[in-house]
Amino acid sequence: MSHHYEALDRRPVLTPFFLLMVAIAAIGTIFLITRFVAGMGAVANLNGGYPWGVWVIYDIVVGTALACGGYALAVTVYVFNKGRYHPLIRPALLTSLLGYGFAGFGAFVDMGRYWNGYNIFLPWHMNTHAVMLEVGLCVAAYILVLFIEFSPTLLEWLRKQTGWQVRAEAWRKLLDKGLFFFIALGILLPTMHQSSLGSFLIAMGYKVHPLWQTLHLQPLLAVLSAFTMGFAIVIFEGSLVTTGFKRHPETHLFTGLGRIMMGLIAAFLAFRFGYLILMGKVGAMFAFDLGSVMFWIETALFAYPLYVLASPVMRENGKHLLYAAVSMILAGSLYRFDGALITYNPGPGYSYFPALPELIMTVATIATEIALYLFIVKTFPVLPREAHATA
Amino acid sequence: MDRRNFFKTSLGATVASAAALAAGGVQARPNLDPAPEAVGMLYDATLCVGCKACVSKCKEVNGMPPVPMGQDTHADFALDLSAKTRNVIKIHTEGKGAVKDAAADGFAFEKRSCMHCVDPGCVSVCPVSALTRHPMTGIVSYNKDACIGCRTCMTGCPYNVPQYDYDNPFGQIVKCEMCNQKGVERIDKGLMTGCAEACPTGATLFGSRGALLAEAKRRLALKPGETYAYPRGDVRKPDSFHEKAVPGYQKTVWGEKEAGGTNVMHLSAIPYDKLGMPPLGERSYASISEGVQSTLYSYLALPVVALGGLTWLVKRNTSGEKEGGAE
Amino acid sequence: MDKQSDFAIESSVDFTAVERRLGVSRRTFLKFCTGVAASFGLGTKAAYAMAQAIANPGRPPVIWLHGQECTGPTESLLRSEQPSFEHLILDLISLDYHQTLDAGAGHRVEEIKREAMKKHHGKYLLVIEGAIPLAQNGIFCKIGGQTMMDATKEAAEGAAAIVAFGSCASWGGVQSASPNPTGATGAPQFLQGKTVVTIPGCPPNPANFLGTVLYFVTYGKLPPIDEKGRPKWAYSRLIHENCYRRPHFDAGRFATQFGDDGHRQGWCLYKLGCKGPETYNNCPSLEYNNVGGGVWPIGVGHPCFGCSEQGTGFNKPMFSLAEVKTHTPPNAFPNIADRQNPTSSTVVAAAAVAGVAVGALLGATAAAGKKLDGTQAEAGKPGDKGA
Repeated sequence: MSHHYEALDRRPVLTPFFLLMVAIAAIGTIFLITRFVAGMGAVANLNGGYPWGVWVIYDIVVGTALACGGYALAVTVYVFNKGRYHPLIRPALLTSLLGYGFAGFGAFVDMGRYWNGYNIFLPWHMNTHAVMLEVGLCVAAYILVLFIEFSPTLLEWLRKQTGWQVRAEAWRKLLDKGLFFFIALGILLPTMHQSSLGSFLIAMGYKVHPLWQTLHLQPLLAVLSAFTMGFAIVIFEGSLVTTGFKRHPETHLFTGLGRIMMGLIAAFLAFRFGYLILMGKVGAMFAFDLGSVMFWIETALFAYPLYVLASPVMRENGKHLLYAAVSMILAGSLYRFDGALITYNPGPGYSYFPALPELIMTVATIATEIALYLFIVKTFPVLPREAHATA
Repeated sequence: MDRRNFFKTSLGATVASAAALAAGGVQARPNLDPAPEAVGMLYDATLCVGCKACVSKCKEVNGMPPVPMGQDTHADFALDLSAKTRNVIKIHTEGKGAVKDAAADGFAFEKRSCMHCVDPGCVSVCPVSALTRHPMTGIVSYNKDACIGCRTCMTGCPYNVPQYDYDNPFGQIVKCEMCNQKGVERIDKGLMTGCAEACPTGATLFGSRGALLAEAKRRLALKPGETYAYPRGDVRKPDSFHEKAVPGYQKTVWGEKEAGGTNVMHLSAIPYDKLGMPPLGERSYASISEGVQSTLYSYLALPVVALGGLTWLVKRNTSGEKEGGAE
Repeated sequence: MDKQSDFAIESSVDFTAVERRLGVSRRTFLKFCTGVAASFGLGTKAAYAMAQAIANPGRPPVIWLHGQECTGPTESLLRSEQPSFEHLILDLISLDYHQTLDAGAGHRVEEIKREAMKKHHGKYLLVIEGAIPLAQNGIFCKIGGQTMMDATKEAAEGAAAIVAFGSCASWGGVQSASPNPTGATGAPQFLQGKTVVTIPGCPPNPANFLGTVLYFVTYGKLPPIDEKGRPKWAYSRLIHENCYRRPHFDAGRFATQFGDDGHRQGWCLYKLGCKGPETYNNCPSLEYNNVGGGVWPIGVGHPCFGCSEQGTGFNKPMFSLAEVKTHTPPNAFPNIADRQNPTSSTVVAAAAVAGVAVGALLGATAAAGKKLDGTQAEAGKPGDKGA
């Protein structure tokens, strides 16, 4: 297996870019400490109408959707048996692990009474009607599953460390026996909680703009868009790694993913427009208020990749694939931001925009993820071996 | 599986889940019924004179200091509900704001406190049952020892009532608990809520939901201008009455049906939306949300079946790979 | 205010004459004038003008009529002090006819009244005290065989200004309360079309009458009045607005029974039926008739009963709730849309950071896109399934 993947261990870890990311993370840490010492109010602009700000909506709702690469590829490879995408799976799992790990961390930071957090695991406290319970348990379980799914990479690395070879091999064998179950779990869990992240909006009722309040359709639209974003992030991350590390492009694989994305985006738009039209919300689409403008920006961002990917020529061009992927990432992110924050209206007089420390903490989280990603791909065998990828 | 099958399968799965949800929507549970001995309050905005006795009494009962304005502490200057305020009197003004309860150039008071929904959104969305509806009284109360501070209740409340104390590193959710929380227990002791007791005009009236609703409907049936003896205190045993001409009420009782109804109901002479009431239908969002959740997760049937199928598929698709294919 | 001109005005007033005539010291006299001017909201200049006017009086003649009433306004006026008011009123004006105070009586006095009215036609001040009964041609109140209706109409004819003193004259007072068998009516309602200054109150505060008359004497015209004829300087504010128990109202602290804890602690009397919230008068600032020591109804622990307010005093039950006509101070009530939002000043910087972050994403995309341009998928195109 070691011939499939390689660590970029000949490259230095401490690059100027890496240090910049660490510096941003350090600034974020200062505010992180402030949040725990002085309370959330000291760093965040959260209020009675907007209890969820950029931390929840970016770090958790958008962040986990961006971390759906592992999920999307797992479905493609293991459910639809598309083995040729296998080389992409380890980096995708890594981004998923980082994304979900930091979503969990973000949830902890945002949790007002974190010392009670374990109550969510105590059956006598559970409220099984609550979407939050489902999300909490599911995300916690999925972080564990992602770690198990990613552990072959770690074991592969461990095997090369002196004195660990035998043990690593034994663990690997043990893991192989049950791994298929965790892979299945790793497909089920994101389906569950990504749909639930949409279901959140149902209970918010009128506060969610009519163009985003699709009630019974919420879970479906959420999981569809998250799944699509998963493919997009794989393309995005792969393209950046290719250009950043001057590796061979994986464009031929991305083309296939692009084709899947095309179908998913079409389905998403069909469901969404179908629902909005059936529910008589066409008027809201053309109200040309904030909601309607955001809706069309979003729709344009969804439509662009559809346009690119529908063209067989552009679909095979690395640049166009990347642009389509980024457009999809922005579309999916905006879909979440719009519904839960930008057009979210709890009533007259409430307003929210993140405070500087609040936003820096989120940016610092992203910086930390990038720094950790760079460190891990240079230490552990994550990226496909060159000869293999371009085989 | 080739591409054609891939799309066929994905489409099939999507349609199946959409159908399940649509069916779930139809099967979703109805709104909850009022608790059998639901206690509540009736706030008649036309009787309110803005004396804030209720605000002051609320602070006294709950041991919370008034919110100062700069150095000025002589009265309570709370702008809205917050972790320091469970009840607040607000004003709506229009034009010159000269005539009470008039639509044009008028003003009207509004009391903001927990509405104690019959089908409470906050209770439905709380993952750890920190918010509960009392089975007999219908009072929605809070348990800070269960609460994890996720603030979903704040997003799930149509009235933005639960408030988290952001300025405290160990903050908690604060909301009106109908003066019946641990250590206060006024209702259990046979007393009425602090705000209803303090109200000099009977604008805030205490009682059972049924009796209050009957009183509210009695008022709506009166002709504007007629004299009516308004009860004060507890509608079932008023401590006194005061006579007043009946205003031109809006023709509905807010909280009779809105989002499944509330135990704290409002009457007003101006449209409720001007008093900051949200645009709600009769169906509670809690019932829709729980309908979707229970369709997908009842007895975990769907997830378990899905997991079984996925496990089989993954096992089948990885078994052919001898080495390293499984991750 | 210019010191020089103050001095000029002050030196123009013949204080020795005033001292002799009114029996007050120069200091007391000026203090009085300044006080009266201040209650109008006027400056020292007006005070000196007033002093000047009083020191050199044109002594306008005054005709004073009594209708249906208890003589409360005159009685309270007689008891006003600082300076001893009887001196001032008798020397300030020429009180040609006053049924209570006139030494003479009978047809002789009526004769003097008619002569004075004829002689000072268009110049005299008419003060009406008491209501005018209109039922059955006004037979319920006659003086010298003449009904109050006729006497009033006759006197109003040649009056330079008309002042209705007390609630009875202002709007009918106690006898106008339902069922009002005598058809008791206030002067402004009876003298339709004429400007009548009203000084309501039962009894009215003499200071409000005195101030109005001094204004008339000083400036030769009446002070600004509201739509009910009340001088704005005295009646433009609700008792509730200046009441020193108001903070208790705002904070929700009420006496609920006479003698209860709240009552002893001086809490708001609203729940006991205080009509301060619907009664326009200046009692909280002047209290009653210079008695001092907080002596006025609310001051001594009794709810205001709205004696000066038409439709309130004698009309509403003593302990019924008042209609709260004001909601000032306005900042005491948050608007519906006011929220307890923590507003951080860092949002602009935050927006910039967000912009930079999105810019970095797009920049990286563009840079990578440039390098990737043309990297066709030729390598793995034909079914390399499961490679």
